[in-house]
Amino acid sequence: MSQVMLCTDQLAKGFTLHLQGGVRIPVLSGIGLELHAGECVVLSGPSGVGKSTLLRSLFGNYRTDSGRIMICHHGVMVDLAGADPRTVVAIRHDTLGYVSQFLRVVPRVPALDVVAEVLIGRGSSQDEARRIATALLLRLNIPRRLHGLPPATFSGGEQQRVNLARGFIGRHPVLLLDEPTASLDAENRAAVVAMINEAKARGSAIIAICHDTDVRDAIADRLFPLTPLQAAA
Amino acid sequence: MSDDTLLSARGLSLSFGAIPALVAVDVDLWPGEMLAVVGESGSGKTTLLNVLSGRLPPDAGAVWYRDPVGRLHDVHAMPAPALRTLHRSDWGFVHQDPRQNLRMNVTAGGNVGERLMAQGVRHYGNIRAQAIDWLTQVEIDADRVDDMPRTFSGGMLQRLQIARTLVTHPRLMFMDEPTGSLDVSVQARLLDLIRTLVTRLNIAAVLVTHDIGVARLLAHRIMVMQRGRVVETGLTDQVLDDPQHPYTQLLVSSVLQA
Repeated sequence: MSQVMLCTDQLAKGFTLHLQGGVRIPVLSGIGLELHAGECVVLSGPSGVGKSTLLRSLFGNYRTDSGRIMICHHGVMVDLAGADPRTVVAIRHDTLGYVSQFLRVVPRVPALDVVAEVLIGRGSSQDEARRIATALLLRLNIPRRLHGLPPATFSGGEQQRVNLARGFIGRHPVLLLDEPTASLDAENRAAVVAMINEAKARGSAIIAICHDTDVRDAIADRLFPLTPLQAAA
Repeated sequence: MSDDTLLSARGLSLSFGAIPALVAVDVDLWPGEMLAVVGESGSGKTTLLNVLSGRLPPDAGAVWYRDPVGRLHDVHAMPAPALRTLHRSDWGFVHQDPRQNLRMNVTAGGNVGERLMAQGVRHYGNIRAQAIDWLTQVEIDADRVDDMPRTFSGGMLQRLQIARTLVTHPRLMFMDEPTGSLDVSVQARLLDLIRTLVTRLNIAAVLVTHDIGVARLLAHRIMVMQRGRVVETGLTDQVLDDPQHPYTQLLVSSVLQA
């Protein structure tokens, strides 16, 4: 079996809503997930079961209540759950990529620069980063005339593809995808499936949330089922 | 990734009469990092910025700055001339109101060039060339170099202030609501400009803002202040998307969605 890129141990996460009288909502408990290089695991389970919460926790976007998230960063297993902010930034920079459902960027920045940013941050020249970003946007069927425009004016599907290009350009060894094909037509779905499978072939480990069964069958090596927690009385 | 901080503060406290403006505040800032300080009006954000930058002495606590050769300086124990030199060279301060930092009866080019002259640069041609270069970098037309700042719009004044600050290549910037007084269309452009320049020049910055949207787009880390205390601190997206403290939850949930 190939190298373990990410594994969780007894991961738990809940929310305390202080503005609602301190009500406590447990979402995840006892999560033990192991992800290997070149593998795609799709989180499954009904809506509201905590798939996005798990994905966001794995990215360090949500703080976990207990448990560990070990991620292979430059060949060393690091606990993301207990890492200080600067370490999380470094892990995201080089190792851990995330494609959210919605694009959130500085207004008025052209789509091309939104995508190229990751590479420029790693020290690529602007020309080189833009060249790769252009190729990726074209592959996702974003026509050249849109590359110089800020994505705020784009359609939902176009914004999602810009977001995907931004997520894939860094070729992170671990990639988290939240509904990567939700608002895409068949042609673009096929392009995304091909990109995911190429990333796997390169050795990237992928965790995805994906309700579209055709896409799921095309990318998943296995499913990781989540079951609802009984709300604490 | 160096483990040495650029700026560190421990146990900063300061009261204005009976009002605690800072209560036992710790800060660490690493090179190239952007730290946002958020909180409502009167929470102590600007006071913290003034104490960190040596402009206001604390009642208790200390601030250390590490200079380019690695020596630590106790900011509030420095002789005044040394602190002034620091403010003119390694540090930059961007005020909410650019008029506080600009000389309104000196040309735009003069405002930028002045910081260089204060550092001992004397060649007029070089100073003018650098001033024009910086005006262009902040997207002010080169042919406005001889115009007075009073003929500039609010957004242009803010960009001029940033050019004036960046011309000496500071390692550390203190920014007090840099986009606060601008209309939103200019705000977005300035945000992008600040982000690009800070990343490209690897500048560290402490950014005070009441706008958590600005903090989200610019800052790596965030500190949430309430009544002089830091109630929550961490990675920006973590604090804003999964706030733990009641006050942070209130702050995040109170933002209007455009």
